[in-house]
Amino acid sequence: MWGVGLLGSTVVDLARVQFATTSIYHFLFVPLTLGLGPLVAIMQTLWHRTGNEAWLRLTRFFGTLFLINFAIGVATGLVQEFEFGMNWSVYSRFVGNVFGAPLAIEGLGAFFLESTFLGLWIFGWNRLSPRLHLATLWIAVAGSWLSGYFILVANSWMQHPVGYKIVNGQAQLTSVWALLSNGFALRAYVHTMLAGLIFGSMVVLGICCWHFLRGRDVDLFLKAAKLALIVAVPVTLLQLVVGNRFGAAVTSAQSMKIAASEAQWNTCQPCGFSVVQIGGFTASDQTPSFSITVPRLLSYMATGSFDGQVQGLNQLQTQEQRQYGRGNYMPNIRVIYWSMRVMAFAGVLMFLVAAAGAWLYWKRKLERARWFQWTALAGIALPYIAATAGWILTEMGRQPWIVQGLLLTSKANSPSVSTTWLGISLGVFIGLYLALGIVDFVLMRRYARPDRPGPQEELPLPAVTY
Amino acid sequence: MDLQILWFCLIAFFWSGYFLLEGFDFGVGMLLPFVPRDEKERGAMFQTIGPVWDGNEVWLVVVGGATFAAFPSWYGTMFSGFYIAFLLLLFLLIVRVVSFEWRSKSDAPRWRRMWMWVNAIASAGIPLIWGVGLANLLHGVPIDSNGDFSGTFWDLFSGYTVLAGIAFVLVFAFHGAAFLTLRTTGDLFERVSRAARRLALPAAVVASAFLIWTIAVAVDRNDKDVFPVILPAAIAIAALLVAVYLVYAGKIGLAFSLTAIGTIAVVATLFTGLYPRVMVSSPDFGNSLTVDNASSEHYTLAVLSVVALIVLPLVLLYQGWTYHVFRARVTGDEAPAPEGV
Repeated sequence: MWGVGLLGSTVVDLARVQFATTSIYHFLFVPLTLGLGPLVAIMQTLWHRTGNEAWLRLTRFFGTLFLINFAIGVATGLVQEFEFGMNWSVYSRFVGNVFGAPLAIEGLGAFFLESTFLGLWIFGWNRLSPRLHLATLWIAVAGSWLSGYFILVANSWMQHPVGYKIVNGQAQLTSVWALLSNGFALRAYVHTMLAGLIFGSMVVLGICCWHFLRGRDVDLFLKAAKLALIVAVPVTLLQLVVGNRFGAAVTSAQSMKIAASEAQWNTCQPCGFSVVQIGGFTASDQTPSFSITVPRLLSYMATGSFDGQVQGLNQLQTQEQRQYGRGNYMPNIRVIYWSMRVMAFAGVLMFLVAAAGAWLYWKRKLERARWFQWTALAGIALPYIAATAGWILTEMGRQPWIVQGLLLTSKANSPSVSTTWLGISLGVFIGLYLALGIVDFVLMRRYARPDRPGPQEELPLPAVTY
Repeated sequence: MDLQILWFCLIAFFWSGYFLLEGFDFGVGMLLPFVPRDEKERGAMFQTIGPVWDGNEVWLVVVGGATFAAFPSWYGTMFSGFYIAFLLLLFLLIVRVVSFEWRSKSDAPRWRRMWMWVNAIASAGIPLIWGVGLANLLHGVPIDSNGDFSGTFWDLFSGYTVLAGIAFVLVFAFHGAAFLTLRTTGDLFERVSRAARRLALPAAVVASAFLIWTIAVAVDRNDKDVFPVILPAAIAIAALLVAVYLVYAGKIGLAFSLTAIGTIAVVATLFTGLYPRVMVSSPDFGNSLTVDNASSEHYTLAVLSVVALIVLPLVLLYQGWTYHVFRARVTGDEAPAPEGV
């Protein structure tokens, strides 16, 4: 995908592959934590309010999955924090004044809340009053949502730097308010939290459908499916709108990224949206041999007007060369074009799944519609695919910059780290992450499966025991 | 007060919080293969730290984030310079997290034994590496004129830094045993008390040797006077020796507060020895990173200070409350969540 082989790759190549691998992997677990957390909290709240045992069983059932997933998010999150310094020390010194601040605040203000109160929730079932115990979960969820904000403030500064000045080759913070209210960050935050809720609701819906397929605890899981659909339908729809508005924000902050995501070589007005195309992804082959295009749609998506102008890659390249000096300022067009489409098409598919599910539920056919149950079960993969593609678009679309317009990725790595050790550490992480992924998948499957041994009336196992 | 000094002190404070709290979690982990006699007792030992270890580990996340934000050059040089050590560390930190969560997910004895050993080995390995790493900040590593580490992995090892690693392991093992005497009952309590008695003297002796050597290193390699480094060192040594006395005198319940003071004073000794440098360069002493040349600008530090001064008291309050909620001794009979609420 990154067009490099291990042999002959540079330090920067390896550091990039390592960051891509570890952050994509980390983000397989994080959004499910963000989305499943509030759903479990709602289940427990419903139990608390109605006294209906069914909601307690569902809280325990999905709470266990939530915790199995949470553990790997925590474990792999440490790698992300250390990796900036280990592999990107020049970057760290350049941005520390600005980028470090939200990271430090995230630890102090969000991770402490999340981890401490989750510990209270897991072990507090009979030590805390039911009200207080319920509150601990909501506080832990709030901590996780807060951490998402701070890390996206940090990431968005790399995409659209604000509130800084450059002194002696270092970015220095001049306004923390500009940093925290960066329009790019706020849009990225809404987009990412919605993605989290989509993860949570699609996973819950899929698991409910698995139980319908096996005919286990149908009444119980119908309740959870209803909750998942109430969340999934509006959220998947809203995400299509928000994602589109986010794209317009990217157009003004990172014109090259949008031009690349559309493989738009020359400035156009109005611009058609390429739904799918063959060829047209390299400088020597700028015209696709086949394409399906919707007239004027790109103008609308990128600028909010059907007559809007979108700048082309060639023009942007000329412009950036004039501004920053000789060099290639285009990302990998083919990867960016397809990652954008995979994300968007997966997003539309998820809306269709949610809408179909809601319609079936309304017609009281959800528990019998096997075709839909299989679809929803397979549909668990969709949010994972969409989120991965989304981050590839965001991060590879920023290349060759590590901080847009300020620092090139090729100049940001650690001078004291050799290719040998980068290669070895990459190998260690890939091996370890594969092993973790396999065990996690087996455990999730075992705790989610409908035909777990044990009497049907029995409550699912306590959330976590030692 | 100069904000750079405040943040140097706060980072020392975050390290203290990390070692004070996660330190006894490490100790409990290290004792897992030796103290419990059966699965029930192992479960009880896990339960003593079950609700809190994750929150305790956040202190490390805060150390990392605060160093990045307040001293970007320190963060960049240390993390890239100690590359292999940090790689090992991350490996151990990750397997330790999952050992907590996954051990209970199956009843198979081999599965449980495997994760118990993973936890024990990681719980010893992590403080070993931190001891070696932090001692190197003071003992000095080769740093070039750009502020980059220019040595090799083997430069991290000397008699002093290895002793530091061993001291960290022994002190935390003792600290963990002392913690367990407050959290267990019956037969298990008897056996953790015996473990505390066995560990007390070796931990105090090795730590004292390390602390005295630290004063010598600070004078020798970091241009410091014996005073004031000797103050926290003396407190640490005194605290650990009193802890030994208490353990032998059968007043074991008080030992934990002294191992806690000892742990904090060990961190204080290292950081007092370091100041005003954050990473000593050797042989080119002039390339050392200092509180001045490694720190962020005033504005960033001011923002961080406001956040820390508001948030930190709250964190201490609710983490303290957690310990209050889970203050009851663990018997091993109870499940954390009841069947059939």
